[in-house]
Amino acid sequence: MTEIIVVTSGKGGVGKTTTSASLATGLAQAGKKVAVIDFDVGLRNLDLIMGCERRVVYDFVNVIQGEATLKQALIKDKRNDKLFVLAASQTRDKDALTQEGVEKVLDELKKEGFDYVVCDSPAGIEKGAHLAMYFADHAMVVVNPEVSSVRDSDRILGLLASKTRHAEGGQATVKQHLLLTRYNPVRVEAGEMLSVKDVEDILGLPVVGVIPESENVLAASNAGEPVILDAQSMAGQAYADAVARVLGEERPLRFLEVPKKGLFKRMFGG
Amino acid sequence: MGILDFLRAKPKNTASIARERLRIIVAQERSTRGGPDYLPLLRSELLEVIRKYVNIDPEAVQVNLESDTGHDVLELSVALPDDEKKS
Repeated sequence: MTEIIVVTSGKGGVGKTTTSASLATGLAQAGKKVAVIDFDVGLRNLDLIMGCERRVVYDFVNVIQGEATLKQALIKDKRNDKLFVLAASQTRDKDALTQEGVEKVLDELKKEGFDYVVCDSPAGIEKGAHLAMYFADHAMVVVNPEVSSVRDSDRILGLLASKTRHAEGGQATVKQHLLLTRYNPVRVEAGEMLSVKDVEDILGLPVVGVIPESENVLAASNAGEPVILDAQSMAGQAYADAVARVLGEERPLRFLEVPKKGLFKRMFGG
Repeated sequence: MGILDFLRAKPKNTASIARERLRIIVAQERSTRGGPDYLPLLRSELLEVIRKYVNIDPEAVQVNLESDTGHDVLELSVALPDDEKKS
């Protein structure tokens, strides 16, 4: 059975692509066969975050329009041979994505025996975002502890409950996971930032993970290495926890408290 | 400067302001979600009419469309101010 997970948020810049890259990588690390698809036609970026930008020959739209086979367009990850990237088209207009076309590609991935397909949604609620979520079994809604992001997430949660294949079919629902990113416990304690509980209360959903704000995320994207591979970093570990929870494991939330380590410990680890 | 900052009253807890604002707007948007597009306009026009007679808060008008089995119920609720204080 292939599970389709959409990574979405409504608002831009909250960490969808970072999350898609780490989620897909983490699932592949767990031994699953994973494809991660960039739905942001015209603004391709997942390839950069995954570090395969120079190996893109064919893209999602090429496959939809029959100009390339899926096999030709899937880029095998250099670090994990169970992980494949399908890049967004850089040049075409957004109308190149069609519901039938997306369905065809997803069906083909199912036939190829993929365990998970991660759909990296563009920002907004237009066609690309709609198609990224339409066929999803799971949704990972990425939210920052910030007013506009929380409001947009609520809007996205509403769309997931009404404008997806499962919702329209009426038999199943899209399983919703809330991922809080860019979390800064110091600012939360100072009363400057919404807490995990605030966001959970407002949106009425428990979080599947909390990713602390971390300089390692920028370093990872600079290097084209999904941050989950930086196992020393708090962000990498928090992503690993979130992926484990998606796979059904129970893990306590970490990195929610203000670090109380002394200078010595911080410098020398522990 | 450091000492002055220390002595000054604590800065306002902006997270709690954010929380309250979100609670209200999210509840309001959820109540109109999935309903017909005219609900926000209906709400603002109702607000104008009521304001001709009573000076009420924009948040005091709630318009909810609820679907019961077989029929929809349009529910209006208007909270009037406590006499002098708010008006």
